[in-house]
Amino acid sequence: MSEIDRFLEQPVSWLRATGPESDVVISSRLRMARNLAAYPFLTRLAPEQRDAIIQEVGEAVKTSRFLKTAYFIPSTALPELDRQFLLERHLVSRELFLEEGKNAVAITPDEMVSLMVIEEDHLRLQVFQSGLNLAETWRIADEIDSELEKELDYAFDGTLGYLTACPTNVGSGIRASCMLHLPSLVLTKQVHKVLQALSKLNLAVRGLYGEGTQASGNFFQFSNQITLGQPEEEIISNLEGVIRQVITHEREAREYLKKKRKSKMEDQIWRSLAVLKAARVMSSSEATQLLSLVQVGIDVGVLGEQVNHTDLNQLFLLIQPAHLQKMTGKELSATERDARRATRIREYFSKVVL
Amino acid sequence: MICNICGTKDASIHLTEILNGQMAEVHICEACAEEKGTEFKTYFNFGDLLAGVPGLEKALGGGGKKVPLICKECGMNYVDFAKNGRLGCAGCYSSFQKPLATVIKQVQRSNEHVGKKPSRIPKETRSVHDLRQLQDKLRKSIQSEAFEEAARLRDEIQQALDKIKKKKRPEA
Repeated sequence: MSEIDRFLEQPVSWLRATGPESDVVISSRLRMARNLAAYPFLTRLAPEQRDAIIQEVGEAVKTSRFLKTAYFIPSTALPELDRQFLLERHLVSRELFLEEGKNAVAITPDEMVSLMVIEEDHLRLQVFQSGLNLAETWRIADEIDSELEKELDYAFDGTLGYLTACPTNVGSGIRASCMLHLPSLVLTKQVHKVLQALSKLNLAVRGLYGEGTQASGNFFQFSNQITLGQPEEEIISNLEGVIRQVITHEREAREYLKKKRKSKMEDQIWRSLAVLKAARVMSSSEATQLLSLVQVGIDVGVLGEQVNHTDLNQLFLLIQPAHLQKMTGKELSATERDARRATRIREYFSKVVL
Repeated sequence: MICNICGTKDASIHLTEILNGQMAEVHICEACAEEKGTEFKTYFNFGDLLAGVPGLEKALGGGGKKVPLICKECGMNYVDFAKNGRLGCAGCYSSFQKPLATVIKQVQRSNEHVGKKPSRIPKETRSVHDLRQLQDKLRKSIQSEAFEEAARLRDEIQQALDKIKKKKRPEA
């Protein structure tokens, strides 16, 4: 069994929904960019320099307490489907595979840490946690970084700090982010107000939402935009402070819905479940919309013990294209995937009583 | 709403990005979205957005005929950076120092790093960094009116400055 297939058999730990504030914050992630002083940045790397970097970092990884058990996987060993699979699990970025040249990724068996080698920067470390737990992601990233720097010479400038290929990452080189589920703010049409207020705070917010039903645009990623001029702890506590406010707003909106729009909301939740239990073909965007409403159902207590966040978070992942294909054991066309996705969802909700 | 990418099909996915205080919306149809992948957040990356920042080329300063600005270490032309937002090597930061300072000012809050530093760096780099770390602490202690701490930091900074001066003198 390949290392990648081992991941297929285990739930993703940072999607467990066990962390702090996990009714709103799905996950926290910290990404850290580092470059080796002895080599040019990505765009100027010669093939033999790529080999040398992968070699050097591979050796350094072995000395790290955190990473020594990690799978060190060269990109050349990864078929397209496995790349997509790792992408869906957020263990690699799209950029890692965009280029032709060789690169690699080290992933811990519990999938909480991944180290991409030769992405936009020579090193891109990612640390995940369930719920709102940015401080812990920084603590772990800092520790791994301190282990690696004993073996590696980083490009660092006394004034500018850690030097990165893109000046938007220079300085601390860290980007902290949280994925939030904000269905009540979307349903009450408050989300734009909140986002607009945040835009003044040098934070980046990206939303992903579909049209059609109003409750489909419920996932938002919040991250720091500035990497220079603030110590790491401050970047993290600022972001966390803002996220705590958003959590408060979301919970207020949820209470409002529960009190003022109870029957309408319950109707939407049960209708979604009915479709999920019955559909024979389902696109991923429709599934996202409907599953998001089911999450609302859990949050407002409509569904009792029938469904929980942990399983639902995993389901979101299992119905992604590469996951469906890995589980089926072969490549599937988009139409086949939509059918397979619907089956998978029906199985999951089969025990739920409407 | 029509898809921003293919311009033909109806868009069903809508992304909101807030950058530099401006909200931008992007609309994509499902077919294009599938092609671009499901992880939308990596679809728009800062580098690409940076390349769209007006004034990146102007940051070179001065009108009229310009001598091409080329990095001494890796041979990268500044114009290429203005196009794709990526530098060629660590040396580019000093080769393009002047125009980059303008760019960094636009995308970052300050021009100076405070925070972690590697354990293995040259002494001079370390002392520059340490000095600024102290100055940042001083600023914060004054803000929070911790004046005793501030006085201590002020002395420490003075000592560090004296050390740097002493070192420089014999060279000069």
